[in-house]
Amino acid sequence: MTPELLAASSGSSGYWYLTRSTGTVALLLLTASVVLGVVDVRRWSSQRWPRFVIDSLHRNTALLAMVFLVLHILTSVLDGFAPISLADAIVPFGGSYRPLWLGLGAVSFDLLIAIVLTSVMRARIGVTTWRTVHWLVYASWPIALLHGLGTGSDVTRTWQLAISVVCAAGVLLALLARVLDRAAASPAARNAALGGAGAFSLFLALWLPSGPLGSDWARRSGTPTSLLPHASAHNKGAKR
Amino acid sequence: MSRRVRVNPIACEAHGMCAELLPERITLDEWGYPVVDEKPVSGEELAHAKRAAQACPTFALLLERPR
Repeated sequence: MTPELLAASSGSSGYWYLTRSTGTVALLLLTASVVLGVVDVRRWSSQRWPRFVIDSLHRNTALLAMVFLVLHILTSVLDGFAPISLADAIVPFGGSYRPLWLGLGAVSFDLLIAIVLTSVMRARIGVTTWRTVHWLVYASWPIALLHGLGTGSDVTRTWQLAISVVCAAGVLLALLARVLDRAAASPAARNAALGGAGAFSLFLALWLPSGPLGSDWARRSGTPTSLLPHASAHNKGAKR
Repeated sequence: MSRRVRVNPIACEAHGMCAELLPERITLDEWGYPVVDEKPVSGEELAHAKRAAQACPTFALLLERPR
C-alpha cells in the first residue's frame, strides 16, 4: 500500500491532499511572479512579449498565488488531523503543529499581505514607499521555501525535490539579474543580496540532508507526539 | 466626455508602456520618453487612454479635463 492510500485509509481527509497540492502550486506561482517581476523591472521585452504583458502577468500570477495560499491555509485548517487554526496562518510560532516551520509560512504570508496591500494602494502611498516594501519579497520567498521544506509531506519525493530545486534556481537567477544591474541596484544592495543568497544556499546544503531529508524529521520538526505514527511496520512511511 | 493626455515629465521614467497601450497618441523619442499628441481623446480611445494611465509604473501619464 502506498503512503497516500495508507493515510487515506487511516482517516485523512481530502483536504490534506488539497493543502499539499495548493502549497506546491503556490510555490510555483510565487516563483513565476518573482521571475516575471525581475523581467519587468529589468524592462526586458520583445515584440511578442511587450512590457505591459509582462507587467500584467507579474501582477496576475502574484494575485493567483495569493488565492492558492488562501486555499492552502483554509484546507490545512479544515483538514482537522493536524491541529492548525486560522490564527496560526497569520500569527507565527504560536501553534502546536511544527510551530517553527508552520510559523515561517505565516511570516511569509504576512509579508506577502503587506506587499499586496501596498501594491493596491500604490497611487496613494507613492512609488518610493511601494518599492521599499516590495523588496520584502526577497525575504518572503526563501521563508516560504523553508516553510515548505519544513512542513511538506512530499519533500523527499523526487518530483517535489525537482520542483523545489527548479524554483530555487529560478529565483536565484532572477535575484542575480536584479542586483547585477548596475543602474538599478546599489553596491550595498548587491553585496547584501549576494551574501544572503550564498548564506541561504549554504544553509540548505548543510541542513537538508540531516533535516527534512534525514530520518525522523516528523518528530524532530515538532509534530505532536499523538499524531506521530508509532513504530509498527505497517505505519512506516505514513509520515505527514 | 473627453480628456487631454499629458505626461508629468518629472515622474516619467521612460518605461514606455503608455506607447504600447496608446500608440494612436503616444510615440517614444530616441531616449524612450513619450511624445504625446495632446488633442482631446474621447469614446473608445479614452478607454485605452485610461488603461495606459493605469499601467504607468510611476503614475506619470495624466488625463486632464480640456480647458
